[in-house]
Amino acid sequence: MAGIDPGSAWRLHPQVSVRPEPFGALLYHFGTRRLSFLKDRTLLRVVQGLQDATDARAACAAAGVSDDHLPVYLRALGTLAESSMIVERPAGDHGAEHAA
Amino acid sequence: MTIVEAARPQPMRLVDHFELGLDAPICLTWELTYACNLSCIHCLSSSGRRDPRELTTEECKSVIDELQRMQVFYVNIGGGEPTVRSDFWELVDYATSHDVGVKFSTNGVKITPEVARMLAANDYVDVQISLDGATPEVNDHIRGPRSYETALRAMQNLSDAGMTNFKLSVVCTHQNIPQLDDFKAIADRYGAQLRLTRLRPSGRGADVWDELHPTKDQQRELYDWLVAHGEGVLTGDSFFHLSAYGQALPGLGLCGAGRVVCLIDPVGDVYACPFAIHDQFLAGNVRMPGGFAEVWKSSELFARLRSPQSGGACSSCQFYDTCKGGCMAAKFFTGLPLDGPDPECVQGYGEELLKNRTDRVESLPKASTDHSHLTSPPRPRSGMGPVRLTLRRREDFDAPPVSACAEDPLAGFAPSREGADGRIQGGTAADPR
Repeated sequence: MAGIDPGSAWRLHPQVSVRPEPFGALLYHFGTRRLSFLKDRTLLRVVQGLQDATDARAACAAAGVSDDHLPVYLRALGTLAESSMIVERPAGDHGAEHAA
Repeated sequence: MTIVEAARPQPMRLVDHFELGLDAPICLTWELTYACNLSCIHCLSSSGRRDPRELTTEECKSVIDELQRMQVFYVNIGGGEPTVRSDFWELVDYATSHDVGVKFSTNGVKITPEVARMLAANDYVDVQISLDGATPEVNDHIRGPRSYETALRAMQNLSDAGMTNFKLSVVCTHQNIPQLDDFKAIADRYGAQLRLTRLRPSGRGADVWDELHPTKDQQRELYDWLVAHGEGVLTGDSFFHLSAYGQALPGLGLCGAGRVVCLIDPVGDVYACPFAIHDQFLAGNVRMPGGFAEVWKSSELFARLRSPQSGGACSSCQFYDTCKGGCMAAKFFTGLPLDGPDPECVQGYGEELLKNRTDRVESLPKASTDHSHLTSPPRPRSGMGPVRLTLRRREDFDAPPVSACAEDPLAGFAPSREGADGRIQGGTAADPR
């Protein structure tokens, strides 16, 4: 899976529930009924920060991902996008979900 | 299921975490009632009759509240036949409006067109229709007369209501493994997804395991079929013991009992897994102080299951890392040691042990509860048996006795009973010849 574009903006799918665990987190999508495991607390912080960050790059940076590791995290987000765990949102539109 | 990781080296593999247990189960099987309209010969919970101690509606709702607090994403509801509980739809609504998704197993008896429409409208509900033969002959032998028809009608109703991707759930047996492609075709016809699971020698399944469980060749056939169909066919992770054939099957690949799964039975007892209804695997009851969460966190049994397991007799086998010794319940109910091979070990070690087993069949562990119907399937009864009656006429009466109040002018009149040909005549007293 190719990584997502670092300049694109994302958020969790509204039907996805996140349960933090010592090893990372469990994600469950109530629509597709699929389970995903995040094997990494940093990745969890990235996912949780997507909504309020300007773009994917900013979300990674805020979670403490170094530039060296950025491609790896963009690929991981690509896998989550493929299974609709996260969905793209218009850039700069991060308040929309809270306002709704 | 997808595992998403960033590529940095991890100190522990995901399965290692799971072996140590999670703060809450990933999913949980909840049998709502022991009542069932069917008497499937392989029923793993020996269901049939309702238990008077079953959890009330209010008690069920408080369990759901706990599951919501623990962030258990969904429950697999079964039974018995859960839909025969009069509060079933109320409980489904309660769970789904409290962030607990519901997947329930049913034989389809209550899935009318109206119910199907209601289910199709709720994103948080998934339905699993049980069918154990792709033809009525194979299915009805196991699940009872006309159960094939019932299941197919339910699938038709779900499909007509626009429900997609519900599950067609099949327990793989000696008789139906040749029908795998046919099951897939049935699922496709109704827009359903096929789910195959393993026959366990649990509950009534213990009585028929020898007759129904797949042969070694069939296990290989099943494995190849599963590999060919990949993630398109669900298995509930129940065939991880077959991974020792080669390529690992999709799934966690470990026994999740007490670590990532467990069972709540209709009376609130919490067992390590749905296939292990036996005192030895009983962790507690949701009615105890602290409820389900306390049982999950503090049960001594679960702590033991979460501690590192030795491979026992299997630890020297090169496939131990893939099959992990197989299914605990399958070993237990066939009388094999828990730290040894699975009875269906693909290397044949289990078969060998079964052959040399010294225990007699009667001394094998039995499920702790049995709610089977008493009449179906017929079983030998104890006691004096039926009262025998012979119906015949009393010789000392020519006619029915006459009551003192009889006003009929012909009361007591008895016509001659002998006709011309010597036979007893029919007719009434008012019809003199």
